[in-house]
Amino acid sequence: MGEKSKNQISLPTFIVWAIALSVTAVFCWILGDILWHGVGQLSWEFLTTEPRNAGREGGIAPILISTCLILAVCLAVSLPLSVGTAVLLAEFTTTESRFGRLVRRSLDVLAGVPSIVFGLFGNAFFSIKLGLGFSILSGGLTLACMVLPILIRSAEEGFRAVPTEYRLGAAALGLSRTTTLWKLLLPAATPGLVVGLVLGIGRAIAETAALIFTSGYVDRMPESLLDSGRSLSIHIFDLSMNVAGGDANAYASALVLLILLLLVNGMATWIAQFWLARRIKS
Amino acid sequence: MKKSQLTQNSRLSLPSMQTERLSLYYGKKAAFTDVTMPIYSGKITALIGPSGCGKTSFLSCLNRLTDLIPHTKVVGSIRLDAVEILNNRVDAIALRRRVGTIFQKPNPFPFSIWKNLAFPLKEHGIKKREQLDRLIETTLQDVGLWSEVKDRLHTSALFLSGGQKQRLCIARALVLQPEVLLLDEPCSALDPISSGVVEDLIASLRGRYTVVIVTHNLAQARRIGDYAALFWVRAEVGRLIEYGTVEQIFTAPQQDLTAAYVNGIRG
Repeated sequence: MGEKSKNQISLPTFIVWAIALSVTAVFCWILGDILWHGVGQLSWEFLTTEPRNAGREGGIAPILISTCLILAVCLAVSLPLSVGTAVLLAEFTTTESRFGRLVRRSLDVLAGVPSIVFGLFGNAFFSIKLGLGFSILSGGLTLACMVLPILIRSAEEGFRAVPTEYRLGAAALGLSRTTTLWKLLLPAATPGLVVGLVLGIGRAIAETAALIFTSGYVDRMPESLLDSGRSLSIHIFDLSMNVAGGDANAYASALVLLILLLLVNGMATWIAQFWLARRIKS
Repeated sequence: MKKSQLTQNSRLSLPSMQTERLSLYYGKKAAFTDVTMPIYSGKITALIGPSGCGKTSFLSCLNRLTDLIPHTKVVGSIRLDAVEILNNRVDAIALRRRVGTIFQKPNPFPFSIWKNLAFPLKEHGIKKREQLDRLIETTLQDVGLWSEVKDRLHTSALFLSGGQKQRLCIARALVLQPEVLLLDEPCSALDPISSGVVEDLIASLRGRYTVVIVTHNLAQARRIGDYAALFWVRAEVGRLIEYGTVEQIFTAPQQDLTAAYVNGIRG
């Protein structure tokens, strides 16, 4: 074949497309599989009743509540800490300062630590040392440690992405550093904060290993933050690995987890947009 | 004591400024050294000279924006009226309220047009809605922006054109009623028509504010300036070569370098 026709696809183009398509295909396959097996089990009753017979029958109400509580504890602790640290890193240290580099390097290492290590740490520190036992509180705090690096680094990027002109402009108007930070830089950095939040929530909500050692796997309805609570991810793990005949409910729980993840992400983005729009107007 | 002297905002007489052997160092490198020059009250002083000769650095010393840049050292003296401002007891924030800056690149905040002006006002204690609305309207009229934006005050300022953004930034500085305005090449990022509009606006500030403007545009300096100062790099350090009235600098310069520069032979 001497001449190339215009429609002929070159080999590199084909490979790039093939890779992109196969990645998408894997995602679609997982999603399809979960939908196929799980959607039949899903009902209002499934969401609002307690599990029976080790989870083979009944629903996931206490597990949903526990998951949300663990996530709430995690975010309540990690959000303010991460924004504070990000402000320190981005606004009060230069990129080349020794302190800043040390903190950043530590965070990057921390972000790569396997979650089971966080689990063992949480167990040793929160459950045993601080005497919180197997509880939602221990679990949430452990998850907070785990997502902190992601939240801090993306929040820092968010602050660094705010143009220097805003800071100079604010200073030239005689605005204090605190005012500039709260009323100008924080709103301007919100997109970065939201990206970090979405990533952090994603990692926290899907976490299993770190929670087995800290929040435990009691599937009763929790009565306080000091009660043990089983998260959705542990429930899925338990049903598919330890409970014969639990597959159907495991699929349904996985579907709920996916929907929850999409909902939380959507909400985070929506709230941020709503907040930004208000900031611009009033 | 210093602070109360600085915050009094009497519009009866505009302040003059005077620098005395002023030098600025970035680390060990000098940006400019030994600049002694007056800045007369209510007049427009134009700083001219080639790039990198320290004009902008000089400007940012005048309201201590240099404080924000790490590793800078300012030596010498700057007096605003009779008060030495290079004094740690002087509140830089209060100083910047009296001495405002307009930057080369228009930098409206990512807020609505209205909030761009209301935000600094609110932070400086003006919170009543009617008062805010009145001040914002007068200032926007002052910079000739009111008729262009009055129907979209609550939309984002980032959608304005370059010239409109720069006029908004001037309005944002004026709304705080400063006494001195420092302008750092305010027209250089604008198209010729917007540039003309902004230039007319600056000329109209004469007598109402003490103005210092950095410009690369000699014709502009000649059109709007009362006084001019030529900066030049000598041995990698910015120096003040000649200072005088615009008339004198452009028609009867004392220095050969000035003559060469204003006639377009050097630079």
